[in-house]
Amino acid sequence: MKKQCMVILVENNAGVLARVSSLFMQRGFNIDSLTVSSTENPKISRITVMTTGDQKNFSQILKQTAKLIETKMIFSVEPSFSLIRELLLVKFSAKRDDAEALKGIIEDFDAGIIDVTNGCFVVELSASSQKIDDFLEATKGFEQIEMCRSGAIAMEKGIVAYDING
Amino acid sequence: MILNGSEILVNVLLEQGVDTVFGYPGGAVLNIYDALYKYSDKIHHYMTAHEQGAAHAADGYARSTGKTGVVIATSGPGATNLVTGIATAYMDSVPMVAITGNVSTPLIGCDSFQEVYITGITMPITKHNFVVRKVDDLADTLREAFRIASSGRPGPVLVDVPKDVTADRTTYTPAPKADTHERTTEVVGNVEEIAELINRAERPFVYFGGGVRLSGASEELRKLLLTADIPAAYTLMAAGALRYGEKHNLGLMGMHGCYSANCAANRADVMIAIGTRFSDRVALNTNKFGHNAKIVHIDIDSGEINKNVIADYSIVGDVKAVLNRLMRYIKPATHDEWFAKIEKWREEDYRPEDSETHLRPHQVIETACEIAGEDAIFVTDVGQHQMWAAQYLHHVKPLSFLTSGGLGTMGYGYGAAIGAQIANPDVPVVHFTSDGSLHMNMNEICTAVSYKVPVITVILNNAVLGMVRQWQGVFYGRRFSSSEPERVTDYVKVAEAFGGTGYRCKTPAEFEAAMRKALAAKGPVWIECEIDREEKVLPMIPAGGTVHDTIFN
Repeated sequence: MKKQCMVILVENNAGVLARVSSLFMQRGFNIDSLTVSSTENPKISRITVMTTGDQKNFSQILKQTAKLIETKMIFSVEPSFSLIRELLLVKFSAKRDDAEALKGIIEDFDAGIIDVTNGCFVVELSASSQKIDDFLEATKGFEQIEMCRSGAIAMEKGIVAYDING
Repeated sequence: MILNGSEILVNVLLEQGVDTVFGYPGGAVLNIYDALYKYSDKIHHYMTAHEQGAAHAADGYARSTGKTGVVIATSGPGATNLVTGIATAYMDSVPMVAITGNVSTPLIGCDSFQEVYITGITMPITKHNFVVRKVDDLADTLREAFRIASSGRPGPVLVDVPKDVTADRTTYTPAPKADTHERTTEVVGNVEEIAELINRAERPFVYFGGGVRLSGASEELRKLLLTADIPAAYTLMAAGALRYGEKHNLGLMGMHGCYSANCAANRADVMIAIGTRFSDRVALNTNKFGHNAKIVHIDIDSGEINKNVIADYSIVGDVKAVLNRLMRYIKPATHDEWFAKIEKWREEDYRPEDSETHLRPHQVIETACEIAGEDAIFVTDVGQHQMWAAQYLHHVKPLSFLTSGGLGTMGYGYGAAIGAQIANPDVPVVHFTSDGSLHMNMNEICTAVSYKVPVITVILNNAVLGMVRQWQGVFYGRRFSSSEPERVTDYVKVAEAFGGTGYRCKTPAEFEAAMRKALAAKGPVWIECEIDREEKVLPMIPAGGTVHDTIFN
């Protein structure tokens, strides 16, 4: 079992996300995370899916998703040629004796404190999935009051390899 | 010209060449039915007893003509009653457009009377579906639905139209019928290399399915088989694509297929799978199916390649176009040794014994087939009788065997037979069914009576759910749980009560006489045939097994 990031460019219609996620459920494909966003073309939405499976699963995901009428394009994203990012928000108590040590870790990870309210502060980190995992592991001893993270978004480096208008 | 949504809907149907629709009226489609009333000289609407029957009728109409079937139902229960019919069409790649009414747009999402989220419900069983929220979008959405339904690998498309959209008025601009086959000439794959593989094969074997029928590629297939001297066997969905008794036609393969055909599949060194999807009823054990062969998979749907069985080579494209391309490189060959081997296996093929005193299933099917004639259309329900029909119908034309192969829908047959008969008024339509399947949708006899549709229903009555009981007998120690219902239905009286005709037969002679009388009748006829409950569909390869596990008795 391997992790794989895929990008699906779909028509920006009502219900298109339901259609894609219904297909994944129907065929038993895994969704580890899923992000939908707008794109440079207002008629197109971009769905980024992180999935786990084997090569046969990945090949079926690519082909079955491509068959959806509203799918304009689907492709696998190879980490070595791409930027794959998630966003993390995590809340800590500012009243702890070891808050300074925590701030050191935040700096080491290039994360930022984006809010301080009622004795709590919120850290934001935009990074690869692995780096976010590492940060959460490193700050485990500091009482994470609340945590949430987004699914991945991904972009290949260099010239755009597709034409969504074509 | 300014028209309301319902008039636009009917005009788009006419644009698309539709002159026959099936359906059932109701609150949310009152406007549509008002337009159908107005255009009743141009579009014939057939009302069934139940929306499921209408969906199957549209399916039977489509399968027997190659045209797109159209079904209309109201919102809520009308729409949900279509679901089995749509799923049946989806699994067998039948072009269909289902039009459902819905509550008016301001009422959507309010749990209004007869409201259901039918596009959500049918998402996994349609090729695509639409909700039309503005009357301005209606015409183009319907056109797109027809284009999608019949393009590439065909399938059902549902268009949900809220009631206010059917009343709102807008400008209607006529358009020509959409070009539906833009992808049929595209062929993706190394055709030359694959042809070379076939030319070098010592024991080539063709395994073909519904794609040959959908593509109208019987002649192209025959040319390949004759030129390269290749034996071929078919799946349930492709019965009739080759003629019975042709040298290269080994017959049905799979779970209840010919032993010799399954042996050939097992021993082949090159297996060419054409327009088929390696379903679990044919490739029963995906690891061992065709394991001695290099597998070539030809299909229009790239999603089928490597889905169930890994192919060594593949070509994606319409079967007809692919075969035409392939033939450029195929060299004439002979495989006498290979055919001699197959002939040996044929000696071991299962052959049931005839009886003169009581009705045996194969005799019923063969007699009905012979009396109905070359042009007849045969429709089945699902279960033992369906397999017997597939095994013993010795002449069937490519579009003349209608059966629910993928979904296996009991209750499919009557609606489908009515649809097929309406599409083909001049040929006999024989509906093979069983006591189990007929009880699911027997109400459609009222439709056949109302419209004087002379479908002949041959009921193989063994008084049990034969296929369920057969499995219980073989795999569940003869514990016949809920498969012996002790029904006392009098089929002759039921047929007569609905205004049809019924006959009861116990011997081959009685059946032959009843068939001849039925053919002369102007309306629907039921012929009940008493069959022994111990009759089995043989041979049989158990699920997950191989040809070596074949059961002969």
